[in-house]
Amino acid sequence: MSIFVNENTKVIVQGLTGGQGKYHGLRNRDYGTNVVGGVTPGKGGQDVDGIPIFDSVADAVAATGATASFVAVPPKAAPAAILEAAAAGVEFIVCITEGIPAQDEARVFNTLVAKYPNTRLLGPNCPGIISPGKCNIGITAGEIALPPTATGPNVGIVSRSGTLTYQALYELKQKGIGVSTCVGIGGDPVPGTNFIDCLREFEADPETHAIIMIGEIGGSAEEEAAEFISAHVSKPMSAYIAGVTAPAGKKMGHAGAIVSGGKGTAQGKMDALAAAGVRVGLNPTEAGELMAEIVSGLG
Amino acid sequence: MDLFEYQGKQYFARFDIPVSPGDKADTVDEAVAAAEGAGYPVVVKAQVQVGGRGKAGGIKLANNADEVRTHAGNILGMDIKGHVVKRVWVEHASDIDEEYYASFTLDRAAKKHLLMLSAQGGVEIEAVAEKDPDAIVKLHIDPVVGLDSATARQAAIDAKIPERALDGTADILVKLYRCFTEGDCDLAEINPLILKPTGEVHALDAKVTLDGNASFRHPEWAEYAATEELDSREQLAKTHGLQYIGLEGTVGIIANGAGLAMSTLDVVNQVGGTAANFLDIGGGANADVMAAALEVINFDQNVTSIFINIFGGITRGEEVAKGIVEALGRVDLRAPIVIRLDGTNAEEGRKILAEAGIPESKLRSEATMLEAARTAVALAKN
Repeated sequence: MSIFVNENTKVIVQGLTGGQGKYHGLRNRDYGTNVVGGVTPGKGGQDVDGIPIFDSVADAVAATGATASFVAVPPKAAPAAILEAAAAGVEFIVCITEGIPAQDEARVFNTLVAKYPNTRLLGPNCPGIISPGKCNIGITAGEIALPPTATGPNVGIVSRSGTLTYQALYELKQKGIGVSTCVGIGGDPVPGTNFIDCLREFEADPETHAIIMIGEIGGSAEEEAAEFISAHVSKPMSAYIAGVTAPAGKKMGHAGAIVSGGKGTAQGKMDALAAAGVRVGLNPTEAGELMAEIVSGLG
Repeated sequence: MDLFEYQGKQYFARFDIPVSPGDKADTVDEAVAAAEGAGYPVVVKAQVQVGGRGKAGGIKLANNADEVRTHAGNILGMDIKGHVVKRVWVEHASDIDEEYYASFTLDRAAKKHLLMLSAQGGVEIEAVAEKDPDAIVKLHIDPVVGLDSATARQAAIDAKIPERALDGTADILVKLYRCFTEGDCDLAEINPLILKPTGEVHALDAKVTLDGNASFRHPEWAEYAATEELDSREQLAKTHGLQYIGLEGTVGIIANGAGLAMSTLDVVNQVGGTAANFLDIGGGANADVMAAALEVINFDQNVTSIFINIFGGITRGEEVAKGIVEALGRVDLRAPIVIRLDGTNAEEGRKILAEAGIPESKLRSEATMLEAARTAVALAKN
């Protein structure tokens, strides 16, 4: 098992004819992902390395039966691309685009909630999702993830940061620990999928035995996750929060990563998670080591 | 991007939000001219992006040209909490009956817009929130639905704003919401929002933070970007389009991804060092971006070692390696580099670095983030 995607997930790439879309779309296919089509308005009928291109998501879905979309288009076009995929009935949309205005994100998210309740958006500004050995949608280098074993224990990963997601995969691989699914939810102010959405799925997934969560400064998503963990997560967890040394009032790259008015500090988030029974590491390596201890305890 | 008060007021005026007549001034003569245009009495206000201007003596009332000269002369060049005043805003002084508070932001937890409105304005809203939380009306607005004037009026009633100010307040709220959404603000705040004896409601201050991601559809923001308060390092980074924040330490940091960059700062701190900066070269960074990043780091005279921490996703290892090799040819780096390279095409990258013939005194490779941090901190202290 895995969460959100599996070996049967049929994926289209919106923007497959563009630089990013082509590079990562083909890498995803080479990994074994079932990439069945691409969408670029005006380029229907062409192909990219054998993958057929369609003029619209609706055409692509009709022809291929795709259920997931990988949105790799520039910030100006991404909001419309996401809504087009939702309108065409795509249930799982991964948007890696960085730099979408927050107002657009808020509008897109609330439009999905109101009009397309069965569609889940992952991102924007996220690395994507990988269920090692089955499906990889996004920019994660698949070779750094170890597939889960039939008997386990396997770990689920959920992270707000792209590169720290890879770091977590890498730490687990070094220790020979398999990963059920790794979800990068992205660092923007309005993520389509949040920590709690992923924790709920991991808790229900029989193939996931433990969970690593990687957060960062800003907002209150980690604190909300800690509350959810206290009440609903029985599986053991480790966590890491980036930005202990970040000065207040400075946006640390991600649109969401800012400590303001004494809120959203790394320490506050670490305390909340620790109080919820999560073992918190002071750096990504330590979080990996804590997870190795947890896993060896699970036998 | 944070706007100065005068820019915020100009931005408000674009959305028909009533503000006092006035003008900006960089010299005493300009201040007098601005005062003549606005009509006496006027208020001379220091333009700095820091709170507590009034207490520091940066806001003064002037009844005639002589007083404007005195106050503008004192305020221009004044140091307010480390911010030197280069510009003042001179506006017609308003008679004030009451002071309110109004702001729009995005509530990230609720994923909706948030209106905060209070009849207790003119003081820090955090102080009101602590002392009398019920005095602040919080209203979530669905971005798809928006805010109409009936809803705005009801919010004003709930905030116990008096009858005679209701229409004016509701009108400003609807306009301020348009400014927030169509104007792509992260924050649009009026504190105080004043009621004049004549019954008009009016924005006496303006605090506006713009969402940099939306700059592509706001060509009018170019003039705001030109006055952004940046140190010389940040200015150089900006010309290269890099996400850079200057800090006080000695280890120059280059990482790909905001999370990894933050984490790199943390790890350097944990092993006893201090970071000179935050620098995220982002996804898809190529040789040019890496060379530019090294140039910016090298510009910082405090830097005594450089820690490059790359985990490849979009960023490819061989591109990073080529960038470093090229930069070493272009820039005479004062400090040694410690690099940790992993992820997409990391092996190709390491091979390029190994074959470039760079001496170990200039470049070292470490296998893990923690080891690289230790080496970089040790080098920084030598």
